[in-house]
Amino acid sequence: MTQSVVVQVGQCGNQVGCRFWDLALREHAAVNKKGIYDEALSSFFRNVDTRAGGDGADIHKGKIFSLKARALLIDMEEGVVNEILQGPLREVFDSKQLITDVSGSGNNWAVGHKQYGNQYREHIVEKLRRTAEHCDCLQCFFVIHSMGGGTGSGLGTFVLNVLEDEFPEVYRFVTSVYPSGEDDVITSPYNSVLAMKELNEHADCVLPIENESLFSIVSKIHQMTNSGKLGSTVKQNSLLTLSAGRIKTEQEKPFDAMNNIVANLLLNLTSSARFEGSLNMDLNEVSMNLVPFPRLHYLVSSLTPLYTLADVNVPSRRLDQMFSDAFSKDHQLIQADPKHSLYLACALLVRGNVQVSDLRRNIERLKPSLHFVSWNQEGWKTGLCSVPPVGHSHSLLALANNTCVKPTFIELKDRFMKLYKKKAHLHHYLHVDGMEQSCFSEAISSLSDLIEEYSQLDATKGVPRTDPSRLKIAV
Amino acid sequence: MSIVTVQLGQCGNQIGYEVFNAICRDFHSTHGLCSKKENESYQAASKERFFSEEETGVPVARAVLVDMEPKVISQTLSRAARSGLWKYDHQSHFCQKQGSGNNWANGYSVHGPRYRDVIMNLVQKEAEKCDRLSGFFTVMSMAGGTGSGMGTFVTQCLRDAFPTSFILNQVIWPYGTGEVIVQNYNSVLTLSHLYQSSDALLVHENDAIHKICAQLMNIKKISFGDVNQVIAHQLGSVFQPTYASEGASQYSRSPLGDLMESLVPHPEFKMLGLRNIPQMSENSLAYSTFTWPGLIKHLRQMLIANATMEEGINWQVRPPLPGHPVPQKASPNKAQHFNTSIANLVVLRGKDVQSVDLGVFREPALYTSWLNPQDAVNVWKTPRAFNKYEKSAALVSNSQFLLKLTDNIVGKAWNMFASKAYLHQYTKFGIEEEDFLDSFTTLEQVISSYASL
Repeated sequence: MTQSVVVQVGQCGNQVGCRFWDLALREHAAVNKKGIYDEALSSFFRNVDTRAGGDGADIHKGKIFSLKARALLIDMEEGVVNEILQGPLREVFDSKQLITDVSGSGNNWAVGHKQYGNQYREHIVEKLRRTAEHCDCLQCFFVIHSMGGGTGSGLGTFVLNVLEDEFPEVYRFVTSVYPSGEDDVITSPYNSVLAMKELNEHADCVLPIENESLFSIVSKIHQMTNSGKLGSTVKQNSLLTLSAGRIKTEQEKPFDAMNNIVANLLLNLTSSARFEGSLNMDLNEVSMNLVPFPRLHYLVSSLTPLYTLADVNVPSRRLDQMFSDAFSKDHQLIQADPKHSLYLACALLVRGNVQVSDLRRNIERLKPSLHFVSWNQEGWKTGLCSVPPVGHSHSLLALANNTCVKPTFIELKDRFMKLYKKKAHLHHYLHVDGMEQSCFSEAISSLSDLIEEYSQLDATKGVPRTDPSRLKIAV
Repeated sequence: MSIVTVQLGQCGNQIGYEVFNAICRDFHSTHGLCSKKENESYQAASKERFFSEEETGVPVARAVLVDMEPKVISQTLSRAARSGLWKYDHQSHFCQKQGSGNNWANGYSVHGPRYRDVIMNLVQKEAEKCDRLSGFFTVMSMAGGTGSGMGTFVTQCLRDAFPTSFILNQVIWPYGTGEVIVQNYNSVLTLSHLYQSSDALLVHENDAIHKICAQLMNIKKISFGDVNQVIAHQLGSVFQPTYASEGASQYSRSPLGDLMESLVPHPEFKMLGLRNIPQMSENSLAYSTFTWPGLIKHLRQMLIANATMEEGINWQVRPPLPGHPVPQKASPNKAQHFNTSIANLVVLRGKDVQSVDLGVFREPALYTSWLNPQDAVNVWKTPRAFNKYEKSAALVSNSQFLLKLTDNIVGKAWNMFASKAYLHQYTKFGIEEEDFLDSFTTLEQVISSYASL
């Protein structure tokens, strides 16, 4: 069994990360009734005997003493991390896993990346090494951050570089929250595009998220659970937006519901690596199957169902609905419509009481309405994990490498160019040691190249297929 | 003589478990429909072939379990132990932590060489437990990374370490509509490499078995467990003990040798298909009766029309009439062409086997011209019924069964290769474009050879 380490950077990264740890504990508590520290738990948690004080030694088997998250919390302000350390999750984090500062990055990628990056590099490397040493087989780093600010975006991508340099064999999966159109941070386009270049070059897979999509999903769930008709039959603990151990009516912090969705995304993505199933899908398989060309590693994700009705018997119609929903644009975690764009590859990870025949039936059913690139007509990667998420009998995570990400990138580029043409706010960046105009031009050029690659693929959509001729053998 | 099984990857281990389970249940079965003496003889032969004895009396499967991640092996070992009827030797497994990531190159070029010594040691230990070693089964899927890549490497090691033993690779052909996106690459690399070191490849197609589960067994929600149990039944129906020749007084001691001798006269032709009838759910079994002429007739038509099960057979397909010019060279695209055989092996089990007439299988028109039709057909029999089927007939065939399938997979892989998609994932572990081209060439050759039968 392998381990993964979560590196949460910046305000957004830490808030999402916090939700992730909350839900991970809940998930394992639901499955692990005997309180034994098992392989599944060890993928994200260490078991430490803290009674002796100091840094307890790791306990690899037997009873659970004290679970510590395999995480690194990085923020250049103290507010968010302090809150976490005072909240219900304080026991899960070790003070040695934190890197904080006081003044923040001022929504400036250059400050995050160049200034704090260089300042804290050694610190970061040292803490990463310690976390890695506690793992006997480290498979993946999950970086969680937002693109629009300064710390998450700048320092977060700096950390990505460090990960590649220091741990080249370990996968780097990045969950990036992209800024929305009405983002109140004026310089978010700069920050995002500068970060994109780093993601293009140093990430193995990127899961882009947009707040607008999370928001509509949250609204939809509220609607369903509060409306008279279905409200009473929805199982309360099944909402995708729910935090662990809280009843719905209790006052939640504003972004908690949205962040819980992202946390669930990560839990589902790693479920098949942690729990058993008839067709396992590990993280290295995700990267292998969904990334046909090194730079095209942006995966659009969707999670279904959003909630479960209390009705225990699941007729296969409901199951099939789950599959249909996964492809609808309302369930995607970015503003995109994969059905009307071109698929390069698609992965379906099913959890719970679902068998291979259900999977095949639905693939056959949905295939005709989807456009796949000519050289990957049956580009499906499937996984079956027997353990469902808490509150559900089954669930589905769909990951698509699809050209529908292009509009998001084009918009980002447009917003960047609007500012850049007028050289607005540029001096704040160039001011920073190590930052030059060429950083900007390289970044926008990297983004343009990426958009061009997607455009070329789009151009092949709908064109009648001519298969390349096969090798001829002399008889 | 005994067979050592090497279970590779998730699929190999899941299927391997079902096979040993089916065999064990079969020899414990009281529905043998034969004399006590016969039954005892059968049990002893089956046990010796697949299991070794331990002091506790619980049979221990002659198997080595290999996987690059621990969950499946751990499950497999405990399921077997829980059954109470048999178990695995808990020392006889090897696993790592990370898996092969569905990457053939990772399995073949990295994991294979790295763990070669450990694994071959385990195999050697199992081989030494056998009084006489008949040969090896490997069970692996072509779609993933460990079974396919590492399995191929291990097969080569087996060939090097045991040059005189027989190696039969059970290869699982993945569902046509994806289980793994790079399955076509992995399959092409596997098939082309196995051709060098394996004696024969016995192919099971997920799509075909799935249909059997749906239409013949009437299973509503088909799981991989169901699919694997059907495969296990089919394998058991061939490899449980039989008398390999008329008038033999002892169960055959060399099943793999007999198989290779009957079916693989030429090293260019190693792809074997397996069919088994009847196949049905246990509930229906109680209400069905079969006659040998009926079963043989269906099996023969399944052969010549390339049907994978006894329903929906195309009865229009007929062998070419003698004396008439041979119909135009079979192109892999022609849907209804007649399936020409090189050699066939028919395995009959159950009531009244002695009375079965296999004349219809010996018609020269079914075969290519190189072998004498008398030599092209071999029959193994036993009056001892298998797995509660009063009569059961299995066919292992070296014919054009797999021609279209192979052609399809090569076509899809070539298509993907032409766009260079995913190649960076393979080159990073040392499999270059030239290696791919070599594999494509090998397989086009195999396709061409089978097509011109």
